[in-house]
Amino acid sequence: MKIVVLVKQVPDSGAERNLRPDDNTVDRSSANNVINEMDEYAIEEALRLQEAHGGEVTILTMGPERASESIRKALSMGPDGAVHVLDNALSGTDALGTSRVLAAALQRINPDVVLCGAESTDAGGQVLPHMLAERLGIAALTGARKLTVEGSQLTIERQTEEGYEVVTAATPAVVSVWDTINEPRYPSFKGIMAAKKKPVETLSLADLGVSAEQVGWTGALTGVASHSKRPPRSAGQKVADSGEGGVQLVEFLTNEKFV
Amino acid sequence: MAEVLVVVEAAGDAVKKVTLEMLTMARGLGEPCAVVLGGPGAAAPLTAKLGEFGAEKIYVAESDEIAGHLVAPKASVLAKLVKETGPAAVLIASTQEGKEIAGRLAVKLENGVLTDVVSLDADGTATQVVFAGSTIVKSTVKGDLPIVTVRPNSLTPAPQAGAAAVSNVDVAVEDKDKLATVVNRVAEAKGARPELTEASIVVSGGRGVGSAENFKLVEELADLLGAAVGASRAATDSGFYPHAFQVGQTGKTVSPQLYIALGISGAIQHRAGMQTSKTIVAVNKDTEAPIFELADFGVVGDLFQVVPQAAEEIRKRK
Repeated sequence: MKIVVLVKQVPDSGAERNLRPDDNTVDRSSANNVINEMDEYAIEEALRLQEAHGGEVTILTMGPERASESIRKALSMGPDGAVHVLDNALSGTDALGTSRVLAAALQRINPDVVLCGAESTDAGGQVLPHMLAERLGIAALTGARKLTVEGSQLTIERQTEEGYEVVTAATPAVVSVWDTINEPRYPSFKGIMAAKKKPVETLSLADLGVSAEQVGWTGALTGVASHSKRPPRSAGQKVADSGEGGVQLVEFLTNEKFV
Repeated sequence: MAEVLVVVEAAGDAVKKVTLEMLTMARGLGEPCAVVLGGPGAAAPLTAKLGEFGAEKIYVAESDEIAGHLVAPKASVLAKLVKETGPAAVLIASTQEGKEIAGRLAVKLENGVLTDVVSLDADGTATQVVFAGSTIVKSTVKGDLPIVTVRPNSLTPAPQAGAAAVSNVDVAVEDKDKLATVVNRVAEAKGARPELTEASIVVSGGRGVGSAENFKLVEELADLLGAAVGASRAATDSGFYPHAFQVGQTGKTVSPQLYIALGISGAIQHRAGMQTSKTIVAVNKDTEAPIFELADFGVVGDLFQVVPQAAEEIRKRK
């Protein structure tokens, strides 16, 4: 089974994140750039599939030069190799353009299963898996909290507001996962050492047959006009409970007309 | 006036609040027209409500093939409808499925898409709140058609009579849209509480609640207030409460009128999911807990003393 895991490098969601004042893009220079958290669960699920069914696991990342750090980190968990789509013309690419580039890369690799996180912590759009499936004409099984494989048939439990749906499709398919699906392994020392020697193929837009006009600032079909910091919330009243804290709380709720 | 297509989100026979918000939002751009995509009989229980909130037309696409397959058939039907009606905008709920439909629609129409929109100007400029509610972004879609997904609890729905003229849409689903088959839908018990992302009031518990058993305290207060129950990641990871109820960066984003945080320290991962709430109340025994920096009202104290007392007081006042 040939498995590709999509990995996105994002600014650490545990720290303050900013947009750049000049072009409204994500400020990556001052941020601690990490693997999108949900993608680690996708990597873990891919490794478990490989352990059960054999085959190979390839990381696919589109991003600037520094994304190679996240690729090595991903490889240290155990995947066999990686493809890094790297091209200066990609700066400013929106979700639609990203799906165009990744779809072209996936066509080249031709995997049975494409695993990815259900959403990224920076954009949070959740649009990419279905955009890819639409472009590639393959199935999308998204929002999985459980994945089972029998032969070439994939079945997921898709988390919904009401409970879950059991959804099934034959390979090839895109599968996106939530953090409820597994517990990602930590890279071992051996894994970290091995990752340094694993093959990482770098592909340009030309390699993929995607024209620069279709991506980047020129190709983007959405644009950010401006951004501003939301005024920080200011702390209100704080009382120490001296036996009447619950009553004081309800007093506040009553004044605010919630009770 | 150009039509604005609003994709209806419903829970069974009930129109979800976010749909009414979208119908309200749509009036600023054109004539609100609802689109029901579902199985046979899906639209009938919804039409009256849609009319009450301004739907002039209701496009109805019903088919077993829509209900029986994931997302793709809905996007195809919607794309065809967009081509036929030439709307001023397409509004879809910013839920998992809503965003997925929007993503496919964007590819089919080669059109930009904006997610998690909280308001939309008459000229199509959208406002989004990003980075855990810390940054406000004004965005546009190039060309004439904003496709946006609207975050629940972004505005207050306002009733306005609409003609609610039903127009049946032909559903022809191609094989390529039937690759992912829904074989079962399983409802998990959550009682009569409102849905987390739609609720006006949310009461959440964190690590400080201490156990699954103790979450009864959180539920009790929630039920007295007609609220939904949420949990921090620390609480769901510890198994105190199901993951589906997690509020935060890796869980649900909520923006209720009132958010009550019980035994939640307020790590950035949690704040990401709740800091756009209108009013925030916190109970925590640690006076240094960062949640107090956001709270309009905070009680520094033992939640096992404060919460039962508050519950008792609410009962008295009712």
